[in-house]
Amino acid sequence: MLTVSGLKRLHISVSFDLQDGECVALQGPSGVGKTVLLRAIADLDPNEGTVRLDGALREQMPAPAWRKRVTYLATEPGWWSETVQEHFTAWNDALSLVKCLGLPEDCGPWAVQRLSTGERQRLGLVRALMLRSRVLLLDEPTSALDTASTAAVESLIAARIADGTSVVWSTHDDAQARRVSSRIFAMRPGGHIEESRP
Amino acid sequence: MTYIQLSYGDLALPALLVVMDGVLSIVLRLELERQLAIATVRMVVQLVLVGYLLTFLFAAVSPLWTAVAACVMVLFASREIVARQKRRLPGIWSYGLGGGCMLLAAGTVTIFALLTELRPDPWYHPRYALPLLGMILGNTMTGISLGLDVLTNSLVRERAAVEACLALGGTRYQALLPVIRDALRSGFMPIMNSMAAIGLVSLPGMMTGQILAGVDPVDAVKYQLLIMFLIAGGTGLGTLAAVLGGAHLLTDHRHRLRLDRMTLDTFS
Repeated sequence: MLTVSGLKRLHISVSFDLQDGECVALQGPSGVGKTVLLRAIADLDPNEGTVRLDGALREQMPAPAWRKRVTYLATEPGWWSETVQEHFTAWNDALSLVKCLGLPEDCGPWAVQRLSTGERQRLGLVRALMLRSRVLLLDEPTSALDTASTAAVESLIAARIADGTSVVWSTHDDAQARRVSSRIFAMRPGGHIEESRP
Repeated sequence: MTYIQLSYGDLALPALLVVMDGVLSIVLRLELERQLAIATVRMVVQLVLVGYLLTFLFAAVSPLWTAVAACVMVLFASREIVARQKRRLPGIWSYGLGGGCMLLAAGTVTIFALLTELRPDPWYHPRYALPLLGMILGNTMTGISLGLDVLTNSLVRERAAVEACLALGGTRYQALLPVIRDALRSGFMPIMNSMAAIGLVSLPGMMTGQILAGVDPVDAVKYQLLIMFLIAGGTGLGTLAAVLGGAHLLTDHRHRLRLDRMTLDTFS
């Protein structure tokens, strides 16, 4: 279970619990602080408050180990090497996920620049899923995708949730929020959240 | 060893060449004549003063005055490094990192050369120590400032890539490695280009000066080779220390990228 207690970063101040195998949708207007919150949970920016995973304090483990368990995926994932496969420790192991998301299986040696925005977004998701994290912090993971690709992503994440992965899913799509989550957190200007059921 | 001595009067005729540049600037409306005049006056005053200062230092042969002169040189070079940065490091580090790395690299290499190769008596004799340090400082300064400039600008440009690696559980050094490599390559490039072109495209100033002063060209070449090896070592050491130090300062103990620690120089 992920426990977030009095997490403060810039204008936001948030507390909530996330059970194993639960998905929470995070909604709110642009600029309200959804990305700020997700990055703060992943400890990518300086923040105050207490965040625990199964009772273990975030600060008690090295930050890289924390982020392998609690993984943030940006809306537009970054790429640090020339080709797709250089971003994976075991590209062959990722092929089943690549295929599942409708990406070409032979895209491993492709230059990242050759990919469309939607392909990069899906490959970024595959890269994050390879870690088998306990918690996924997804920042608008289908914002650049068509209906079929969005359905494939939702189906893949649903399978992970069924296996016990917890997810915080930021989205502007109300219908998607209702489809994927068991609770909806609406972020309000001022940085607090209001909880509702879909 | 004999050389042709110049009087200040002998310099009047070549100085007309600078006047010619000024006339060109006026005729072609380049609007450089004022800057050219200021730069020329500064150059003359600075060099004449340095000439008298070195004469004093060479006569004194004092470890204290030699150390003071070396520190002043490092301070001016530190200021120059900061002036060349578009994005600056936090607080005292904006001067401290470049200056500290330069002192470490140029100081180590200069003392190494004085103790093992030139062996003057005493070992800190300013006639050898200061010109040597000056040449190494000048080149190390270029390497460090280029390395730091590429590091800071690349981190801003490649922020998404660096943070993607961090978000996937990479350490700060794993995430910054591609940027660090680029910064080191840029820092090493001037001295490598200079080494490749020397003798074919350019005759270095120190070697030319020695030859004009009557030194046998082969002996002058040996000195120049020594200097180039020292510069290469100093540049490598200084650039490596500055880039790694900069990478450390722009991340924190929780392996977060801390671009908020940089300030943008809006005047450059």
